[in-house]
Amino acid sequence: MTTTTAPVTRPALLSRFRRPAPGPGAGRRGLRAGLTPYLFLVVPLAFLIVLTYVPVVNMFWYSFTDWDGLDPTKNLVGLQNYRDVFTQPDNLRVFYVSLYYFAASFLQMALALYFATLLSFKVRFRSMWKGILFFPYLINGVAIALIFTNFLKPDGGLDVLLSGLGLDSWIRQWTGDPAVVNYTLASVSVWRYLGLNFVLFLGAIQSIPNDQYEAADLDGASKWQQFWFIILPSIKPIVGLSVILAISGSLAVFEIPFIMTGGANGSETFVIRTVNMAFEFNKVGLASAMAVVLLVVVLIVTWIQRRLVPEEERAAKPAKQAPAEPTGATS
Amino acid sequence: MFTRSTRRLRVAGIAAIAAASMVLTACGGASSASSSDASGSQPADGAPSGSITVLTWRTDLVEDGTFDTYKQEFQAKYPDVDVEFEGITDYEGEVRTRMNTDDYGDVLAIPATVTPDQFPHFFEPLGDLAELKTQYRWLDDKSYQGKSYGIPVNGNVNGVVYNKRVWDEAGITELPTTPEQFLTDLATIKQSSADVTPLYTNYKDGWPLTKWEDFRGGITADADYVNEMTQTDEPWTAGTDHYVIDSLLYDAVSQKLTEDDPTSTNWELSKTKMGDGTVAAMMLGSWAIPQMQKAAQEAGHDAADIGYMPFPAQVDGKFHAMTGGDYNLAINVHSQNKPAARAWIDWFNHESGYSESQEGLSPLIDGPVPATLKDFEATGVQYLTLNPAPAGKESLLGDIDKAAEIGLTSPDYRQKIIDAARTGSQSAQAIFDDLNARWAQGRAKIESGS
Repeated sequence: MTTTTAPVTRPALLSRFRRPAPGPGAGRRGLRAGLTPYLFLVVPLAFLIVLTYVPVVNMFWYSFTDWDGLDPTKNLVGLQNYRDVFTQPDNLRVFYVSLYYFAASFLQMALALYFATLLSFKVRFRSMWKGILFFPYLINGVAIALIFTNFLKPDGGLDVLLSGLGLDSWIRQWTGDPAVVNYTLASVSVWRYLGLNFVLFLGAIQSIPNDQYEAADLDGASKWQQFWFIILPSIKPIVGLSVILAISGSLAVFEIPFIMTGGANGSETFVIRTVNMAFEFNKVGLASAMAVVLLVVVLIVTWIQRRLVPEEERAAKPAKQAPAEPTGATS
Repeated sequence: MFTRSTRRLRVAGIAAIAAASMVLTACGGASSASSSDASGSQPADGAPSGSITVLTWRTDLVEDGTFDTYKQEFQAKYPDVDVEFEGITDYEGEVRTRMNTDDYGDVLAIPATVTPDQFPHFFEPLGDLAELKTQYRWLDDKSYQGKSYGIPVNGNVNGVVYNKRVWDEAGITELPTTPEQFLTDLATIKQSSADVTPLYTNYKDGWPLTKWEDFRGGITADADYVNEMTQTDEPWTAGTDHYVIDSLLYDAVSQKLTEDDPTSTNWELSKTKMGDGTVAAMMLGSWAIPQMQKAAQEAGHDAADIGYMPFPAQVDGKFHAMTGGDYNLAINVHSQNKPAARAWIDWFNHESGYSESQEGLSPLIDGPVPATLKDFEATGVQYLTLNPAPAGKESLLGDIDKAAEIGLTSPDYRQKIIDAARTGSQSAQAIFDDLNARWAQGRAKIESGS
């Protein structure tokens, strides 16, 4: 920040941005320069505080009241809302629905791992396959739900396909049959998020140094042994991370079941119930408590995730290259 | 329209509400001190002046210019008043959120979920209930402690929309007078043509199911039915309105007289199906008749195919149909131009011709009967309106319902009945026992709380 005062010799354009006279004012100028980054931060921070933190604090406050979203008076009810979240049978049922999605996420990871391993070897049209697998993740969830609503409706695409293959006996009411509906919705969810898992795994696999495979080849290891003894141990942190994400993910399922069934027919998830409580039953207090519960779960999961994939992990295994950033693998 | 809301719009709306509520919670409370007696600048002759904003749920009428015509006609009479319209797609959700601030228009329709004890806080009283009653109908819902806070734009009668041609072709010539007869007729229709869905529930969109609730009171011809409901622990006992309505729904579903896969229903499609005769009946308010007639014409049939009958239940040989107001117009208590807002409401109800154009019942006591209801009235049906809750108990029904988490006016309640009926997972009686238990619990909670 050292400057000289020679305003006369400077081009007029530049001098406009320079303040003259250091001397006694230099200290103040340093202060101002020090403030500059904070001044730039004021606007985004103001938005963040007004649009995110204030509402979140409000939400905590509402969760201890019986507010209906409108009434000028909010009565404190203590922990009653939280008690209701975990004790009322209707509220507990949504956790049970989450189990379908949690189970499905393991299927999703298995498939993603399978494809990621396959495509990490030399395969014809590799980029195209990668694109196809990742593409569903790029589509908006609302669009996906609408596509599948039409695909799965009675006499829709899937039914036509099945009867074309002579499998008429397999046809079900995919969203209408209460015994099937959650499997159907979880499968749609798998279809959508498979790409994300796939890319995470592929990124990790590609960061494994090639010489390990070469050494394994020389030793006569089969592809399966390469997978089991090289790939899987190398990407263990990412697999662990995916499991953790599956927990919060299965609680936060929303748009696909919301649009496809509206949460009816026993497919109500935690977030759908939260929305219904807030906007259908006008129990903003209870809904806020549910949102806080979800937030806490997500925070815990994030904490575990940080513990699982820490920076030190990379340092501890010097032989291994740092895992590539997941986003780097998309190209 | 109140009754035209769709799930799809709600989906889009919820994201918007979420965003809006964040902004609003942040700035709410900033200017809540606005005076309630502000009356705007008044010219010497006392004619209303100033500009008003009218919030409306009829986005379709804002877009097609109908409201611009209203504005011109209104300004011909009140040249000093400037009117602006704001059409809101997710009216219920958005306005409710906006009511946390002072800025919710000058004239607006009262959202259905605002409880009577909250009216004085948000709306300007329009006058004494007893006095306004000599002029308007269906005021009780939106009145509190003898004051009226909203006047309905039109009224609806509740019944069954059906396709006459389909019923005729199935050989049914007389209107069913009991739920059993109704079910037999539906079965006859199903037998005569396998393609026809006798009764369409619109399960997925959900809100059409809430229209079943509007029949309450009409089955036993008891205008006090709802008030009595708050005094009993077992509203689902054989013979009560809820028992009859819900049994009919349960039986129709369990006898497979409704759509095969209710989770794939679609409101817009249901109109076409009613129009071309692949759906024989739907439980809806009279507002739906013009829409169905239009659908029939579009499907290449006659508008006269669409008929309207009362709920199949009679008391002393007579049908009874419940009537009720649609949305009620009210004035924002924070409005700066209340006389102008009031002028708009009065003009809208008396001179705009809105209710006739919608073929609804007029909110005025001596208003005309729409042509679409002539046949309906020929059945000798008696109109009935629920009596208001006694003073001090205006919010009781809603409070019990909320504490019981039944949601009488929410789709979930009847969706669950349909779920159970389809799978046979619960008998109708088991459902009613559960509902009664919840109701009793809700009542106990409210009584101990107050």
